[in-house]
Amino acid sequence: MATADKVLVYDRIKGVKQIPLEEFYTSGHRTCQGCESATVMRQFIKAAGPRTVVAGSTGCMYVANTSYMTTPWIVPWMHTQLGAGGSSAVGMAAGLRALMRKNRIPQEKIHVISFCGDLGGGDMGLSGISGALQTDYDLLIIMYDNESAANTDIQATGLTTWGAQTTFSPVGKVERIMHRRWKKNVAAMLAVGHPNCRYVATACATFPPLDFLNKVRKALSIGGPTFIHTYDPCPKGWDFHPRYSHELGELGVRSGLLPLYEIIDGEVVYTYDARKTAKGRIPVREYLTRQGRFAHLTEEDMAHIQRMVDQMWDEWEVPGVAPFRGTLKVSA
Amino acid sequence: MAVAQPVGVYEREDLLTGCQAVAEGIRLANVDVIAAYPIRPYTEVMDAISKIIADGKLVAEYIVADSEHSQFEIVKHAASVGARAFAGSSGTGWMYGFEALVVTATDRLPVLFLVGNRALDDPGAFGVEHNDALAIRDMGWLLCWVATAQEALEHVLLGYRIAEDREVRMPMALAMDGAFLTHSQHIVRIPSQEAVNRFLPPFDLGERRLHPDNPVSIAPQVNEDWVMEIRRQNWEAARRARGVIATAYEEFNQVFGQRYRPPYSFEEFLTDDAEVVLIGMGTVAMPARTAVRRLREQGHRVGYVNLRWFRPFPTEELRESLRRFRAVGVIDRDFAHGAPDDGGVLLHEVRSCLYPVRERPAVVNFITGLGGRDVSIQDAIRMYEITQEAARKDRLDGFVTWVGVRE
Ligand SMILES: Cc1ncc(C[n+]2csc(CCOP(=O)(O)OP(=O)(O)O)c2C)c(N)n1
Ligand code: SF4
Ligand SMILES: [Mg+2]
Repeated sequence: MATADKVLVYDRIKGVKQIPLEEFYTSGHRTCQGCESATVMRQFIKAAGPRTVVAGSTGCMYVANTSYMTTPWIVPWMHTQLGAGGSSAVGMAAGLRALMRKNRIPQEKIHVISFCGDLGGGDMGLSGISGALQTDYDLLIIMYDNESAANTDIQATGLTTWGAQTTFSPVGKVERIMHRRWKKNVAAMLAVGHPNCRYVATACATFPPLDFLNKVRKALSIGGPTFIHTYDPCPKGWDFHPRYSHELGELGVRSGLLPLYEIIDGEVVYTYDARKTAKGRIPVREYLTRQGRFAHLTEEDMAHIQRMVDQMWDEWEVPGVAPFRGTLKVSA
Repeated sequence: MAVAQPVGVYEREDLLTGCQAVAEGIRLANVDVIAAYPIRPYTEVMDAISKIIADGKLVAEYIVADSEHSQFEIVKHAASVGARAFAGSSGTGWMYGFEALVVTATDRLPVLFLVGNRALDDPGAFGVEHNDALAIRDMGWLLCWVATAQEALEHVLLGYRIAEDREVRMPMALAMDGAFLTHSQHIVRIPSQEAVNRFLPPFDLGERRLHPDNPVSIAPQVNEDWVMEIRRQNWEAARRARGVIATAYEEFNQVFGQRYRPPYSFEEFLTDDAEVVLIGMGTVAMPARTAVRRLREQGHRVGYVNLRWFRPFPTEELRESLRRFRAVGVIDRDFAHGAPDDGGVLLHEVRSCLYPVRERPAVVNFITGLGGRDVSIQDAIRMYEITQEAARKDRLDGFVTWVGVRE
C-alpha cells in the first residue's frame, strides 16, 4: 500500500475530519433503508466533487434514486441504458474533449463518471466497458454490485454469490440450489484484459473507512479510463435488517469472499489481505448465516463455498485476484 | 480525381459515392464526435471520414466502438454534453443498437445517423431493403431518403440544421439505398466552408446540455405521472418539424441557389397533366422516371412522385398532390407481413393520408426490389400498367402485387 501511495499523487483524504462536508447526492431518492449502493452514490460524488458529469444505468440507482422533480443529484446527471455503462462515459468524455479542443467550452478538468449495476455492467455491458477501457479518455466506471438485479425484484446475475436464493433461483421441492454460477471476477478480468487501464479497484462503501473515497480520488487523478467494483450489501435482496449493512460488507471482505484490492499500473495492492499468512479470514459461514438468502444452505453447501474461497486465496497465482494456478510450464 | 475549381458557393467538383458525399458533409458540418462500427454498406462513410480525419481536414473525436449499441450510446451521450455527433449503420447492425436509437429520440438529442439501407438477417443479404430505417418510424426520429450523392451531402447539412433547431431537437436518420447510392459514384459539387457556415449555425443545446455549469438531471424515472405529457411534447416537436423543414430548405436555397422546390418533402416528376403516378422512396426513382419518359412517348399521362421525408410525413402537401390523380401506385421496398391488405409500409401511410379525401384516387401497392434485387425499367413500366388498370376499374384499394419475384 505504501508503495502505491508513493507513486500515485492524489488528493488523499487522511481522516474522517477531512471528508468534504458538501453533499452532491442529497435527499429526494427512494432507496431502501440501509441501501449500501446509495452510500456508494453519496460517497463517489463526495470524493469527485462538483466539476463532474454523471451517467447512471438503469437499475435501483436509477429507478429508486431519481424520480422526476425530486432528483437527489446536485451535479449534472443523465440516465443511460442498462448495458451502456461504458459507452455513456466514452460519449460524455469524447464530447467534452471535442468541445474543449474547439474552444467552445472552457478548458478545465471535468470528471466523467458512469455507474452501472452488476447485471448492467458485469453481465450485459461488459463489452461496452471493455471498449471504454481501451480508449484514452479520462473516465471512471463504477460497477455497484448488490449481487442481484435488484430493481426488477432480486434476480440472480453473474455476480450473485453461489447458492443464493433470488426470485430466479428459488428453493424448490427437488432443487435446493438453483443458482450454481460462481461469482464473476469482473474487476480482475478487466484489469487483465486492458493493460492500458492504469487503475482498477474493488471497494466496499464503508470498510475500511475512507477507503472507497480515496479509491475514487485515485481513479480520477491517475488519468485514462478506470474502473471500480463496489460490494454493496442490499437489505432487501440479501434479506437482513438494514442496521447491519455496514457490518455485512465488512464480514464479506474479512471472509475473503469479496476480495479488496487495487491494480495500479499492473501491480496488485491488497486493501485487505485475506491470505492466511496475512490478516487471514473469518469462516464464510459467519457472513452467510447473517443473510436470509442463504438460509437454505446445508453445512455441505457452506463447506463448498469455503473450499472455493480457500482455493482463491491459497492456490491462485495472484491470491484472490487471478485464478491461474502454477507458473509457466513448457510443453515438450 | 478532383477538379479543384470554385464554382460560386462551391469549392470544387468531385466524383463521389453516396457514402463519400456524406463524409464530405460531415467535414463541412465540423462534426465533433463520430463513432464507427463496421457493417456493409454504410461502412464506407466511416472509411471516408477516418481518412478525412487522418488527413487533418476535420478535428473530431473518432471512436471505433465495440458494438452498434455502444456506437449509438456514445454519440447520444456526446450530444448530451453539447457536441455535434454522427454515427450510422445498416440492416442487422441498426437493429442491434435499436434500444439506443429509441432513447436518443425520446431524449430529444439531435444527432445525425446514416442508414445505408440493407436487408435484415436472416437469410443474409447485403442489398437494399427499407425495413431497417423504417423500424424507427414511430419513435420520434426525423427520417429522410435521398436519391443522389449531391442530395446526400446537402441533406447532412440540412439534417443538422433541422434536427438541432430549438423547435425540433430530434435525431435525424438520413437513409440511402445500399449499393445503389451508398456505392454508386456521382459528380458532386462540394460547397465551400464559407457558404456552409452561412447556412449551418453551430450546435447549441442550451439549457439541456450536461455540464457542471448547468447541473440538470436528464431522463429521471417519471412513470404515469408525467410520461404522457413528455410524449405529447415530443409529438408537438415532430409536428413543428414540418415547418422547420420548409424554412431550412428556403434558407438553403438562399445560400446555394434554387436547389430545392416546395414542397421539399417530396418531388414530382412530370405530374402536371398526369392521370396516374407511382410514388416511392430512394433510388427506385431512376427506373421509374425513365419509365415515365418512355410511356409518355407512347402518349400515356403518367408521372412519378419521389417521397423524400417519411418522418414527419408531409400529410397535407402529399394529400393535396395525390388527390389530383386517378390512381396512385405505391412502391414499397420493404415488407409488412400480415399488415392490412398485406401491403408494404408506405402503402399504409399513403392510403391513410388520402383517406379524408372524398374522391380518392385508387391506390395499389407494389412490393419490389427486396434484398437489393434490381428494379428494372420494365418492372417500372409494369407497375405503371397495373396502376393505369386500377384507374380504369371501380375503386380497388388494397391491391398488392409483388414485382420481380419468382412465384
Ligand atoms: C435492456 C434492458 N433489459 C432489461 C431491463 C429491465 N431492468 C431494469 S433494471 C434491471 C436490473 C438491473 O440490475 P443491476 O444492473 O444489477 O442493477 P440493480 O437493479 O441491482 O441496482 C433490469 C433487468 C432494462 N431496463 N433494459
Ligand atoms: S433493493 Fe437493494 S439496491 Fe435496491 S434500493 Fe433497496 S437496498 Fe438498495
Ligand atoms: Mg444489481
